[in-house]
Amino acid sequence: MFEALSEKLKKTLKTLRGESKLTEAHINAAMTDIRIALLEADVNYGVVKQFVERVREKALGQEVWQALSPAQQVVKIVFDEMVELLGGGAASDLAFTSQTPNVILMVGLQGSGKTTSTGKLARFLAQQRKRHPLLVSVDVYRPAARDQLSVIGKAIGIPVYEDPTTDDPFKLARAAYREAQLRGFDTLLVDTAGRLHIDDELMVELAQLKAELHPVETLFVADAMIGQDAVRSATEFHERIGLTGVILSKMDGDARGGAALSIRSMTGQPIKFVGVGEKYDALEPFYPDRIAQRILGM
Amino acid sequence: RGKKVISPEVLDELEEILIGADIGVRTTLELVEKIRTQVDRKLLNDTDELKRVLRQELLALLRAPVKSVSGRAVRSELDIPTDIRPYVMMVVGVNGVGKTTTIAKLAHLIKREGNDVIVCAADTFRAAAADQLTVWAERVGIPVIQQKPGTDPAAVVYDALQAAKSRDADVVIVDTAGRLHNKVNLMNELEKMSRIARREVPQAPHEVLLVLDAATGQNGLEQARQFAKTVPVTGLVLTKLDGTAKGGIVVAIARELGLPIRYVGTGEQLDDLAVFSPEAFVDSLFE
Ligand SMILES: Nc1nc2c(ncn2[C@@H]2O[C@H](COP(=O)(O)OP(=O)(O)OP(=O)(O)O)[C@@H](O)[C@H]2O)c(=O)[nH]1
Ligand SMILES: Nc1nc2c(ncn2[C@@H]2O[C@H](COP(=O)(O)OP(=O)(O)OP(=O)(O)O)[C@@H](O)[C@H]2O)c(=O)[nH]1
Ligand SMILES: [K+]
Ligand SMILES: [Mg+2]
Ligand SMILES: [Mg+2]
Repeated sequence: MFEALSEKLKKTLKTLRGESKLTEAHINAAMTDIRIALLEADVNYGVVKQFVERVREKALGQEVWQALSPAQQVVKIVFDEMVELLGGGAASDLAFTSQTPNVILMVGLQGSGKTTSTGKLARFLAQQRKRHPLLVSVDVYRPAARDQLSVIGKAIGIPVYEDPTTDDPFKLARAAYREAQLRGFDTLLVDTAGRLHIDDELMVELAQLKAELHPVETLFVADAMIGQDAVRSATEFHERIGLTGVILSKMDGDARGGAALSIRSMTGQPIKFVGVGEKYDALEPFYPDRIAQRILGM
Repeated sequence: RGKKVISPEVLDELEEILIGADIGVRTTLELVEKIRTQVDRKLLNDTDELKRVLRQELLALLRAPVKSVSGRAVRSELDIPTDIRPYVMMVVGVNGVGKTTTIAKLAHLIKREGNDVIVCAADTFRAAAADQLTVWAERVGIPVIQQKPGTDPAAVVYDALQAAKSRDADVVIVDTAGRLHNKVNLMNELEKMSRIARREVPQAPHEVLLVLDAATGQNGLEQARQFAKTVPVTGLVLTKLDGTAKGGIVVAIARELGLPIRYVGTGEQLDDLAVFSPEAFVDSLFE
């Protein structure tokens, strides 16, 4: 398990042989390796600091286990702690209520994968959860944003509410909500325009949309390739809008995805799905142990 | 802040700033180590000097590619040589970084300088990608060459180059689909587009710009490596700098791959493109 990191730790801990406890000096040296590994995986600087501190406390004075080498033992402590922080072993599901329709609001930075994920999630809910979704795009800013969702809706066979005569996101949202009620759609997925967390005007718009729509889920779509800024953007979205979960997109790339740890530990909100491709079936439940392995460089 | 002695805390703070800007662990540790050595030798005495030295180090890293890469890569599009017609530019990068928007901004800039520009919608994959480029082309007031969704993108490149030749256009800018650099078939598709361009126009593509999102972490370096391996990348465009991300990964890219940064994107409108300024970039790291 965790070849690269284990190898490094093996070197660091090689003089530990024969001791019955993990000593402070050894743990400190091992924590330096772990810190670098996490920073290279794009875990946020501050999050790494806290994380390493927690692991150090757990590891200090532990009996050296017979079954594992000290390097493997330290990796296991790190791994277990990370899985714990990411929400434990199991995938989290979406919350639904008896209300009609249940609204799911998709939010995030520009280009993170919201529109594509809206299509993927709708398809997943229709096929795996027997729900009847209606889609609407309230992105009146990006050129052809609404056309993009329409094309996706056709491709997955799920209806999209459209009204090309208005450029008002609130009118679009309200009309789609009424349409869902009238025609018996139990789920309304609302795709919003990408925006920066420091764009006050657009953040206010989003907060108002949320206040009107009372979504059961407000999902933050984050690009798995994002670096140190993930904490800042996710935290500001959470503080201003109130998130209920995260979709980590573009996990089919080769980024380590350390942002998952950063976003989860700073917002406390679970990562619910990962996007693993551009096609509309490329959405999977999020398993904390898989991403922990990836962050640690398996 | 005024002058301070360089304590270990100052060096820690420096490390946090550099890593926090996504400059990367390796580059950061090397820079901090260099500074530490100079402090130990009493060559550096206070935080003002430290800042000056660090600024120079970073500027040197960012300016080096401009000197070392062939002249072509740093030539401004604003005075495109008259003996190259059409001048072919390709814009490449992973998904969602801002390629299409950057093309609109670039086309706007180049057209304003008196060139006839054509854009080529060679993203035939993503939903409504051609529609998006078409809206932009209308706003800029230039023609767009496109085909049905699902068409081989190299065929659209071919069409665009034929159109450019027959209309005697000055510049063709090719919009390509976003693709992750670890997808072999998609990278081969990109290579084919570049190959077809060269077959139709000598020396084309004259410029290949790799677009990077300023929020990108350490993966940006691998993106640059793989794209540069596949097509002749001549420079970078760093988008979304209007956010809080610093885009520090370009320092590692400039250093390891010798690629110059050409432009920065600072918003979603046509005028939100600026020629890259190493000085402004480095100063923003410490804001
Ligand atoms: N490889 C891969 N590409 C993805 C994934 N999710 C989205 N994309 C691609 O990422 C790009 C951006 O996706 P969009 O869905 O348009 O992103 P968005 O957040 O709606 O963008 P804006 O509306 O402009 O903010 C597109 O090229 C998508 O095909 C994924 O999981 N894997
Ligand atoms: N804030 C900000 N947003 C930008 C900038 N450049 C592009 N965007 C936004 O980023 C999102 C993605 O831009 P696109 O131009 O569609 O990106 P792309 O690389 O062509 O995407 P794909 O073709 O799907 O891979 C859009 O919402 C753009 O408006 C920028 O400099 N700043
Ligand atoms: K910035
Ligand atoms: Mg969108
Ligand atoms: Mg595009």
